[in-house]
Amino acid sequence: MRVNLTINGHPRGDEIEPRLLLVHYLRDVAGLTGTHVGCETTLCGACTVLLDGKAVKSCTVLAAQADGASVTTVEGLAKDGGLHPIQEGFWEEHGLQCGYCTPGMMMAAVDLLSRTTNPSEDEIRHALEGNLCRCTGYQHIIKAVQYAAEKMRAAAGR
Amino acid sequence: MFPGQFEYHRATSIKDALDLLKQFGDDAKLLGGGHSLIPMMKLRLAQPAHLIDVTKIAELCAIGESNGKIAIGAAATHDTVANSSLVRAKLGLLAEAAAAIGDVQVRNRGTIGGSLTHADPAADYPAAALALEAEIRLDHEGGSRTVKAADFFLDLMTTAVQPGELLTQVSCAPIPSGTGYAYLKHPHPASGFAMVGAAAIVTLDRNGKFATVRVAVTGLGPKAFRANAVEAALAGKAADAATITAAAAKSADGIDALADIHASADYRAELARVYVRRAIQAAVARAKA
Ligand SMILES: Cc1cc2nc3c(=O)[nH]c(=O)nc-3n(C[C@H](O)[C@H](O)[C@H](O)COP(=O)(O)OP(=O)(O)OC[C@H]3O[C@@H](n4cnc5c(N)ncnc54)[C@H](O)[C@@H]3O)c2cc1C
Ligand code: FES
Ligand code: FES
Repeated sequence: MRVNLTINGHPRGDEIEPRLLLVHYLRDVAGLTGTHVGCETTLCGACTVLLDGKAVKSCTVLAAQADGASVTTVEGLAKDGGLHPIQEGFWEEHGLQCGYCTPGMMMAAVDLLSRTTNPSEDEIRHALEGNLCRCTGYQHIIKAVQYAAEKMRAAAGR
Repeated sequence: MFPGQFEYHRATSIKDALDLLKQFGDDAKLLGGGHSLIPMMKLRLAQPAHLIDVTKIAELCAIGESNGKIAIGAAATHDTVANSSLVRAKLGLLAEAAAAIGDVQVRNRGTIGGSLTHADPAADYPAAALALEAEIRLDHEGGSRTVKAADFFLDLMTTAVQPGELLTQVSCAPIPSGTGYAYLKHPHPASGFAMVGAAAIVTLDRNGKFATVRVAVTGLGPKAFRANAVEAALAGKAADAATITAAAAKSADGIDALADIHASADYRAELARVYVRRAIQAAVARAKA
């Protein structure tokens, strides 16, 4: 079947098998390997991308379901050579060690920051419940999100 | 891990979905958010030859008020229900249950129609639907019927939905002001599913006695159920801690509690007694506020 979608602002269309999972479409067909595959069972969140602006686990979405949608992956965060505030936050606050969970963490954080500009620590923890990290102990990840929130508020003049 | 081969169909209307269901019969499965079905297909526990995606049917995504009831389209996602201002204002219990499901990624995909039809014994919505006495609309070729939540859940992952039927809408009377409610759960630490979840709706009379009490429990047995023994033990009684604790002690009476690697039957029964007590207490506190 044919799917047409927009990935990181670029429209594209491909012939695919209906059973192709979105994560494999992104990695193997579109060549965007920033989205990771961890558990394959909807638990770890490493495969999180934005589908029409909302964080989803792309190992449990068919590429066919994304037909007509707009997808944002970690590759779509940086704009004009400048890091997205959430990327800067992970950099500045040491929000990663091995980095396996990081793209998914950042996409889940972007969903949160689209809902609230000044999340509490509890809200951040709650929003990242679907993302597992085996290295950092989460503390620095929380700080990375707080950094991004502050930076985005400052940029918006709030 | 990936599913077996199938053909994907995107239904454009309720009629289109019903026509496709008729055309492909037992070879087809309806696809909501896919957050129960796709995992099952990856494990090859389900291998439908045709998937009929119902989530792009505009009518099924709507939430509105009609004939004095709040009507929620079957394809409304958990996130949409949890954040709908109408649901939050008039069916707070349902919004609380929706917000308690899994994690944000799951809530962004899963739908109320899919959750109710899947009828996982540890799902959150069933307890809220029972306590709210929700009505569930099932459409078939040439007509529709309405099933009460009390008659909808039949057994472990078994509901009143018949072959050829599409769940289109869940409707509930708004919760009147002065009514207290709460949905509380003990989440499984990995998946977030309810080890046990309890929904309570109460109103108190002028003397602080229970006027109405509806309590429903999920996660304990093969299907969610109304805790009739608990409700009977509270009816007309003073809403004090001792009465509530004594009534909640009956939460698991007569229920064949589930046991698995996560929790023994005894532990689940104890969780039910504790969470039913807490849910009633929280509902009473809100009714008084
Ligand atoms: C990691 C994870 C954690 C989860 N945690 C929780 C939790 O804490 N609490 C909870 O309650 N649930 C939880 N779930 C389940 C989640 O809520 C699912 O979304 C839900 O059970 C199924 O809804 P769906 O729309 O995804 O349905 P699907 O998976 O698409 O479908 C499920 C079944 O319903 C049928 N169906 C779908 N739509 C209709 C319709 N309109 N009419 C008739 N039949 C239909 C399908 O054919 C299928 O048999 C979790 C799931 C995952 C993956
Ligand atoms: S790979 Fe998708 S949730 Fe783990
Ligand atoms: S940084 Fe290694 S898994 Fe999170």
